[in-house]
Amino acid sequence: MFLQVRELVSGYDRSTVLNGVDLELAAGATLGLLGRNGVGKSTLIMTLMGLVPVTSGSIRVEGTELAGRRPDVVAKAGVALVPQGRRVWASLTVDEHLALASRGRRGGAWTVDGVFDLLPRLAERRRQYAGQLSGGEQQMLAVARAVLTNPRLVLLDEPSDGLAPAIVDQVAGMITTMRAAGVAVLLVEQDLHLAFAVSDEIAVMEKGRIVHRVPTAEFRRDPGTAQRLLGVA
Amino acid sequence: MSAVLEAGLVSVLNGFAIGFLLFILAIGLSLVFGMMDVLNLAHGALFLGGAYLGTAFVGARPSWGAFLAALAVAAVAGLAAGGALSLMTEPLRKRSHLDQALLTLGVALVVAELLTIVFGDDPLTIAAPPGLNGSIGILGITYPAYRLALIGVGAVLALVVYLVVDRTRVGALIRATVADREMVATLGVDNRLVKAAVFAVGSLLATTAGVLGGPVYGARPGLDAAVLILALVVVVIGGLGSARGALVGALIIGQVDTLGRALLPDLASFILFGALALVLVLRPQGLFGGAHGTVPAR
Ligand SMILES: Nc1ncnc2c1ncn2[C@@H]1O[C@H](COP(=O)(O)OP(=O)(O)OP(=O)(O)O)[C@@H](O)[C@H]1O
Ligand SMILES: [Mg+2]
Repeated sequence: MFLQVRELVSGYDRSTVLNGVDLELAAGATLGLLGRNGVGKSTLIMTLMGLVPVTSGSIRVEGTELAGRRPDVVAKAGVALVPQGRRVWASLTVDEHLALASRGRRGGAWTVDGVFDLLPRLAERRRQYAGQLSGGEQQMLAVARAVLTNPRLVLLDEPSDGLAPAIVDQVAGMITTMRAAGVAVLLVEQDLHLAFAVSDEIAVMEKGRIVHRVPTAEFRRDPGTAQRLLGVA
Repeated sequence: MSAVLEAGLVSVLNGFAIGFLLFILAIGLSLVFGMMDVLNLAHGALFLGGAYLGTAFVGARPSWGAFLAALAVAAVAGLAAGGALSLMTEPLRKRSHLDQALLTLGVALVVAELLTIVFGDDPLTIAAPPGLNGSIGILGITYPAYRLALIGVGAVLALVVYLVVDRTRVGALIRATVADREMVATLGVDNRLVKAAVFAVGSLLATTAGVLGGPVYGARPGLDAAVLILALVVVVIGGLGSARGALVGALIIGQVDTLGRALLPDLASFILFGALALVLVLRPQGLFGGAHGTVPAR
């Protein structure tokens, strides 16, 4: 397995949020992670990236133990993050974002020019500050920043949040392109259409654990379970 | 020209001299606080250390060689001191601002005491390098040549530092770290290295400013606290972590301080803090502090 998470426990000063997450992801596979608000999806993503400290458990990427390592070490192991809320740097231009992300990584499959080909809207905005971009453009920028590190695993946390349907389609296109390039994707989503469109499998989180995991087609055939776990039809 | 106008012009020029010097001093303070939440209260001691190095090398027998040697030694000492301060504050990374401020305040007090032991209690002066020790006529007044040179060198240095932060790849890394250092780390950059580098260069600028300011402000016990307070006011007025804010803030405070001293010497510090209070009431995040951080999701 490319990513192997065992008995992962983590949380914040006063509260434990993850109560023993087990998760596996094959190289190049896309997993859609669903769950109600506050079950710990973002905490899982941030813990995997090294941004929330691990209490116990293990996170292995290609056999390398990453639990408790700094985020820059995790990044160098091939993991990239598109965080909830985008978190692009308001005082940097689009060009500056991409230059930092691709810094010292010449020779990787993803290049700034390649990203601009896929996202022409971003190319038009090269010299604008991220603070002046629309929400959709900021999301594209956050995705571009992540792929330009040439990762083998991308963690995406609700990339469709607050975006118009046409832009969500573009996000889906980017995820499909990454997947075609052999990048493993862990996608946290509330937008079921997006999650179903790009994921090989669907997993559901509840109270800090992964409680359900099936191939996407099977999940879609079973609205009862979806209703029970997510409160949606 | 009338005496009032002449005095006004002198005050404005003095304001520029101290303004550019303040920017060079404040930029390191602002960036380190803006990006790592480390309030370095030893920054004023670095300035004073530079000034005393100037007296040690130049003293009353000025030569260009001695002056440039003082600048070089101060630069190296500043780099080393900044690196050391960065290392010292690292274990306190997860503690409160107050803990870090206390540590750097402790360092500041120790350094100031050591400087007093070595150099004594009396105010020392540094002679300007040959050729710059007289006065020259400008715009109908006579003005000390060294101060004019200080304005020129300060302006160039300030411009270079500003452009590096605002326009270059390295500057982008610094601004990104100020805005959201976690996202910088997710690109594989070790935040501690960025902090150490900015700390070191910021400290270099502080010690260098001490040497450059030496022929004007001299070196004396208490100068460290005086310049630290001015620099802190600049940082707060300009906005944490903003190079543009530090530049504008330093130029404003330079003018306010000299004008206050010229017109109402007894009330100068009240005028300074009045300006600070005014900015805090109107724009609590500082003049240029708003443009930072990551973008809130829309
Ligand atoms: N920085 C934090 N400090 C303390 N508690 C936090 C922090 N971030 C999240 N929490 C708490 O941890 C729990 C899980 O939050 P998390 O953000 O992981 O949920 P989520 O599944 O991503 O929710 P959403 O769908 O709303 O994004 C919540 O109870 C939340 O209040
Ligand atoms: Mg979340």
